Amino acid sequence: MPEIIFKDLVKQYGYVTVLEDLDLKVSDGEFLVLLGPSGCGKTTLLNMLAGLVEVTAGEITIGGKDVTDLDPKDRGLAMVFQSYALYPTKTVEGNLKFGLAAQKLPKDEVTKRVNWAADLLQIQPLMKRKPAELSGGQRQRVAIGRALVKNVEVFLFDEPLSNLDAKLRTEMRLEIKKLHNELKKTIVYVTHDQVEAMTMATSIAIMDQGVIQQFGSPDDVYDNPENLFVAKFIGAPPMNIIAATIAKTGDKIFAAHAASGVSMDLSAYEFTSEPADGDKVYVGMRPEHFVIGDDISGKEAAQFELPVLYAEKPGSDGSAYLDSGDEQIAVRVETAMVKVLQQPDARLKIAFPDDRFSVFDASTERRI
Amino acid sequence: MSNIDISQREFKHYPEKKRKIKGSSIITFIFLAMIAVAVMIPLYVIIVTSFKTLDQITLGRIFDLPTTWTFEGWNKAWSEVCSGMTCNGVKAGFFTSIKILIPSIIISVGLASVTGYALALWKIKWAGGFLFVLFICAFVPFQVIMIPLVLITAKLGIYGTFWAVAIVHGVLSMPFLTLIFRNFYKDIPPELISAAMMDSGSFWRIFGEIILPMSGNIIIVVLILVITGVWNDFLIGLTFGGFGAQPMTVILANTVITGTGAVRYNVDMAAALLTAIPPLLVYFGLGKFFVQGISAGAIKG
Repeated sequence: MPEIIFKDLVKQYGYVTVLEDLDLKVSDGEFLVLLGPSGCGKTTLLNMLAGLVEVTAGEITIGGKDVTDLDPKDRGLAMVFQSYALYPTKTVEGNLKFGLAAQKLPKDEVTKRVNWAADLLQIQPLMKRKPAELSGGQRQRVAIGRALVKNVEVFLFDEPLSNLDAKLRTEMRLEIKKLHNELKKTIVYVTHDQVEAMTMATSIAIMDQGVIQQFGSPDDVYDNPENLFVAKFIGAPPMNIIAATIAKTGDKIFAAHAASGVSMDLSAYEFTSEPADGDKVYVGMRPEHFVIGDDISGKEAAQFELPVLYAEKPGSDGSAYLDSGDEQIAVRVETAMVKVLQQPDARLKIAFPDDRFSVFDASTERRI
Repeated sequence: MSNIDISQREFKHYPEKKRKIKGSSIITFIFLAMIAVAVMIPLYVIIVTSFKTLDQITLGRIFDLPTTWTFEGWNKAWSEVCSGMTCNGVKAGFFTSIKILIPSIIISVGLASVTGYALALWKIKWAGGFLFVLFICAFVPFQVIMIPLVLITAKLGIYGTFWAVAIVHGVLSMPFLTLIFRNFYKDIPPELISAAMMDSGSFWRIFGEIILPMSGNIIIVVLILVITGVWNDFLIGLTFGGFGAQPMTVILANTVITGTGAVRYNVDMAAALLTAIPPLLVYFGLGKFFVQGISAGAIKG
């Protein structure tokens, strides 16, 4: 069973450290998404796994076998590239066949596999065409096909959807997810698109500056961000983060937000380490967790009444951006409300339930 | 949203914008015309003279058309003209040149494409240093290393054969051609080579199946360079061919310079044209690809 383990992995280019002491374990059959902003080292990590980039220090094992210094072709991997990297002078069929170049297989086995992949991806009618005669989506399928024919246990995807238009991207996303469900192979998938990550992954590793910031299931990463970076990175619009000061009265813990003068009752929050009176913290609130206007019951942990900066309706939901004095606060609202909120001098009453907060220490930026 | 049928749309004709001839382009035209004239007039004289009879040539008026068109000069040039003691025309040189050309193409293009591929796409130790040495080698004047090369070919026992000329051509053009190939291959997207590494990982298989089929344009560029370079060369042929393997240019020089008796201009001109025709044919045949090949690296699709 191919379990991928990165152990104390280091990558340096000259004096620049791209990855530092990275440890990660990918279980068999998992769909791991490496998510992070550009330059966070996620593609480097994938290329190191593929054997295309040399490892400075540390160890990579696949299924218990140390592959750190193996040639790419000997690692039992298949990879789909961002630019598809199809061989321009070969037909689709030739491309799929070349995917098996390293494995010395009998001819009929090659034909069988190529046909199987072509059927699975519905590219049978394109077999005699050259890549230049294909559309972006078709090229993507061929690139996936070239990986599939190898019949390996681990598939690597390097931002495979970023060159497609929005509609195709959604289609291919579902298709890749479907393939994973059918074939039950281990997938390591690199992207900077959090929608892809949240919808496809069984686990997500969020990276920044060569360090894994959080590793967990999509829900875990979304609901319990480990630190400020993750909180800000996941979600669109992202989590609202406001600076506050802890104030203890009796057995109750409040966080006072100076700019709006609102005190948030954090008594129900499960602190991992309870802050002291006067500690600086960041309080995080997801835009969709706010209770709005007449729905407010009065039992919520905090209530704001703030002027609306602007409101927009990008699709099925509306968003309103409120001025809290220092930070902007994004709130998800009903689309019907957007018109009202777009009027000048509009104000909105919002409240936040006591069980949805994320609280971070202001100095360490870690969840407390 | 209603569907719009494009075929039903009325085709509106827009008048073509008139292009003005600018002052700068007039100067360009004049400049180009002058260069053309400077090339065309001597070429015209050579061509008409080669078709004239010797009697008409002695009259001197070089710009006149031939009064009687004759192939006599061409025939003599091809098969009768003397080079030293032998009088077989430039024909013998033509075949020697072909014999020299083919191995030198294979040696130079073969070596240069593989070396360029390795330097551009594989991680090779000291690749930078090697490239620098090649760069230096590409600019060493031939005259400097001529005598050592003569000694080497003599030691190898090939001095005075077409092999010596071919191998010296191949080796000397290799550094520059390698740089050309290397620069062309550097423009191949790195993901493509990464994919090939994962799919096959074999140096020769990737070269043969993926890289070589993509190199059509650059190979044509290099072929034109090699063919014209080898064919037009005089010095290497003269130095390494000895008496046994004189290429066409050497024969031509011998006939023109060492003719005894009256100078037969029509024969000389015809011999010169015969020698110049093969590279011209290469230009006409492959010129289109040549331009494509040069610009192929510049603009990426």
